[in-house]
Amino acid sequence: MTKKRTGVFVCHCGNNIAATVDVKRLAEEMTDEETVVYSQDYVYMCSDPGQNSVIQAIKDNQLDSVVVSCCSPNLHEKTFRDNAERAGISGFTCEIANIREQCAWVHKNREEATEKAIKISRSAIRRVAHNKALDPIAVPVTRRVMVIGGGIAGIQAALDVANAGLEVILVEKLATIGGHMLQLSETFPTLDCSQCILSPKMVEVSRHPNIKLMTYSEVQDVSGSVGNFRVKVLQKPTYVDPEACKLCDDCVQVCPVVVPNEHDLGLTARRAIHIPFAQAIPASYTLDVDACLGLNPIRCGKCKDVCEAGAINYDMQPRTVFEEVGAIIVATGFDLYGQENLGEYGAGKVEDVLDGLQFERLCSASGATKGHVLRPSDHKVPKEVVFIQCVGSRDPAQHCAYCSKICCMYTAKHARLYKHHVPDGRAYVFYIDIRSGGKGYEEFVQRTMEDDETIYLRGRVSKLHRTRDGKVRVLGTDTLTGQNVEIDADMVVLALAMQPSKGTEQAAKVLKIGRDKDGFLAEAHPKLKPVESVTAGIYLAGAAQGPKDIPETVSQASAAACKVLALLSQDTLSHAPTVAKVRESHCTGCEMCVDACPYQAIRLLNGKAVVNEVLCEGCGTCAGTCVRAAIDVKNVTQLQIHAMISAIMGG
Amino acid sequence: MSNPSQTTATAPTAPQEHEPRIVAFQCKWCTSAGSDLAGVSRIQYPANAVPIQVMCSGMVSPMYVLSAFNKGADGVLVSGCHPGDCHYMKGNFFARRKLYLVQKLLQFIGLESDRFRMSWISAAEGTKYAQVISDFVRDMKALGPQRKLKAKR
Ligand SMILES: Cc1cc2nc3c(=O)[nH]c(=O)nc-3n(C[C@H](O)[C@H](O)[C@H](O)COP(=O)(O)OP(=O)(O)OC[C@H]3O[C@@H](n4cnc5c(N)ncnc54)[C@H](O)[C@@H]3O)c2cc1C
Repeated sequence: MTKKRTGVFVCHCGNNIAATVDVKRLAEEMTDEETVVYSQDYVYMCSDPGQNSVIQAIKDNQLDSVVVSCCSPNLHEKTFRDNAERAGISGFTCEIANIREQCAWVHKNREEATEKAIKISRSAIRRVAHNKALDPIAVPVTRRVMVIGGGIAGIQAALDVANAGLEVILVEKLATIGGHMLQLSETFPTLDCSQCILSPKMVEVSRHPNIKLMTYSEVQDVSGSVGNFRVKVLQKPTYVDPEACKLCDDCVQVCPVVVPNEHDLGLTARRAIHIPFAQAIPASYTLDVDACLGLNPIRCGKCKDVCEAGAINYDMQPRTVFEEVGAIIVATGFDLYGQENLGEYGAGKVEDVLDGLQFERLCSASGATKGHVLRPSDHKVPKEVVFIQCVGSRDPAQHCAYCSKICCMYTAKHARLYKHHVPDGRAYVFYIDIRSGGKGYEEFVQRTMEDDETIYLRGRVSKLHRTRDGKVRVLGTDTLTGQNVEIDADMVVLALAMQPSKGTEQAAKVLKIGRDKDGFLAEAHPKLKPVESVTAGIYLAGAAQGPKDIPETVSQASAAACKVLALLSQDTLSHAPTVAKVRESHCTGCEMCVDACPYQAIRLLNGKAVVNEVLCEGCGTCAGTCVRAAIDVKNVTQLQIHAMISAIMGG
Repeated sequence: MSNPSQTTATAPTAPQEHEPRIVAFQCKWCTSAGSDLAGVSRIQYPANAVPIQVMCSGMVSPMYVLSAFNKGADGVLVSGCHPGDCHYMKGNFFARRKLYLVQKLLQFIGLESDRFRMSWISAAEGTKYAQVISDFVRDMKALGPQRKLKAKR
């Protein structure tokens, strides 16, 4: 190997470095390194003149490698590598010596700081002496997208991507798309009907030539990486052929099994064979195999007998499908915090104590009571209704520590809807604070208080129980007057905390993406990368990432779609070439590296380890594990690290 | 944690106090970012530890630790992401398992076990980084030069 010709460029960073580190001495001393043929210092190396002087020096001195002693590589490694490319040498032969964040800014003694800066710079010089000029690895891109979760987030993201001309596979766990928005009656802040704005979008999904809809399906396994994922999807049998089904409802009429209807949150019942609701997409029936008497003509078989279209098939089998996609959007939504966790509020066992979604179903024209607000126990019009906010939210000691963000708004909406249905009724709201940030939101709450005469009481409800005369007694405190409050209500509605759905937990596990302390999907950066997961190529949208309302959900979904489109608009993706490399002569085929690799990027071929460069992320866990030093990460080799240790120890 | 002012109090009585030399292997994603944060926050700590940035703590071969001691390091630190938070999912688990054995080996051959340390410092823990280094330097000052594994030249 011919000797390297390295140039060293020491930045003053104004006074940021130069005040503590003797930059002149640093630049001078570097010339006694064997490979250094040029060295200079400059006030702002990253400025235009600074960068140009590097280019000039590379050309004038035929440099083949560069060390810049400056700030953290997180800031300007890319700047100086691009600059090296501009001068005609590989960016991968440029290394940064971090003498600002890790030296000048944390030490006061000039002598000590200068000594340390010298060691850091020397170690970078020794390292770069062995750097190879590498070319980024070009990875082909699969221009298809998977969206997991068919709530409003998934629907919006799927439509945006599909309308841009890319093929989308939309995977929904339930028998219909729509998510929780389908269960809402009217939506704040405009009180427009939820189904009226959602149904057209659902129909658009079902008719879109670029969208392949897979309902009653779950993602089971994912391999590959950004640009090229391979996803295993299990489609459960519905036992009804949607193509043949005429939606005549004859099967439902004869089915003898009655179970609670989950779409109405148990407020109504359904049969084992059922359609989730009238406008379900896909428009077809599903035979709930857990409820059915046994898919067996001998035991029952009534639905199959009555179906004139011959759409029912008891022999339908689960289907496993593999899909190749370049990017994935996770939009698996939320669940409400379980009432069973709330002992103080009757643990879900007190009659006429409902959760917010159940109240939505009571108000909905398609719901249990056809849009009449009637309390479940005796179907009477409730005259006094208590709404309780922050149930399970903002309670780090017992429940969820976070604010669920949307409950102030939907409680105000509930109070208004109630007053619109029962004008002579009385609505009380217990609250801690009112959080109504958002366009038109504060005005909405004010109208609830003023126009609809809802009584807002600031304080928590300590307890509630059923009285003998069929009321629900609510015991609380009004912290503004300091008085205890006791209300005998006909009905109570709890604004339960929003938590990540069970399906979110499952999806995160399969996709190996992180979740935050509350179980919501973790974004790559809380401010600057709010729709990216930490794993490249996997994006987040909707309430699975954190509590949010529909406008915010839709914005995030479109943002995720936009990120995906930007990613997949490239013909190839470039993958960092600093990947593992096997020295075959040293490899004994012991497979330690195969086991250690977090990406399954190494396998054995003819008794030797082989690295799949596309899958390798360059972490080097293989290198740290290999007893024979037969595997190394390019440009961070063991030889290089030993050279760096020597440089630091003055060898 | 003992009182850091101890060292300053004893400093004048020890005329030529040993200045320990420490090599700190720190992962790019957590600990190195954490030490950048210490810098941005201008948290001061002694200059005795020189960092070597590695991609992942899982990359640190036991040979690096031995090599640093062999070349005269008084202390060696390996620091990565918190267990469970590894940027590469599980590299730091491998590091933990392997380096625990290295620690046992060093003890076995008679090196003070305090000279080799592991820590988990996240990108948000600039203060912790400064503390870990300060403590390490203080303790290595107390221990004096490392001769056990240093090559005799
Ligand atoms: C009582 C109440 C009232 C509300 N009122 C309003 C309002 O008036 N205005 C407003 O703006 N917002 C309102 N909201 C908020 C609104 O419901 C949410 O913002 C919205 O539903 C979030 O949509 P999403 O698609 O993220 O999640 P979801 O609606 O939860 O949809 C998630 C979908 O993903 C599916 N899924 C889950 N896991 C998987 C998996 N592993 N694989 C495949 N599919 C999966 C689910 O089955 C579901 O279809 C209200 C919420 C509540 C609780």
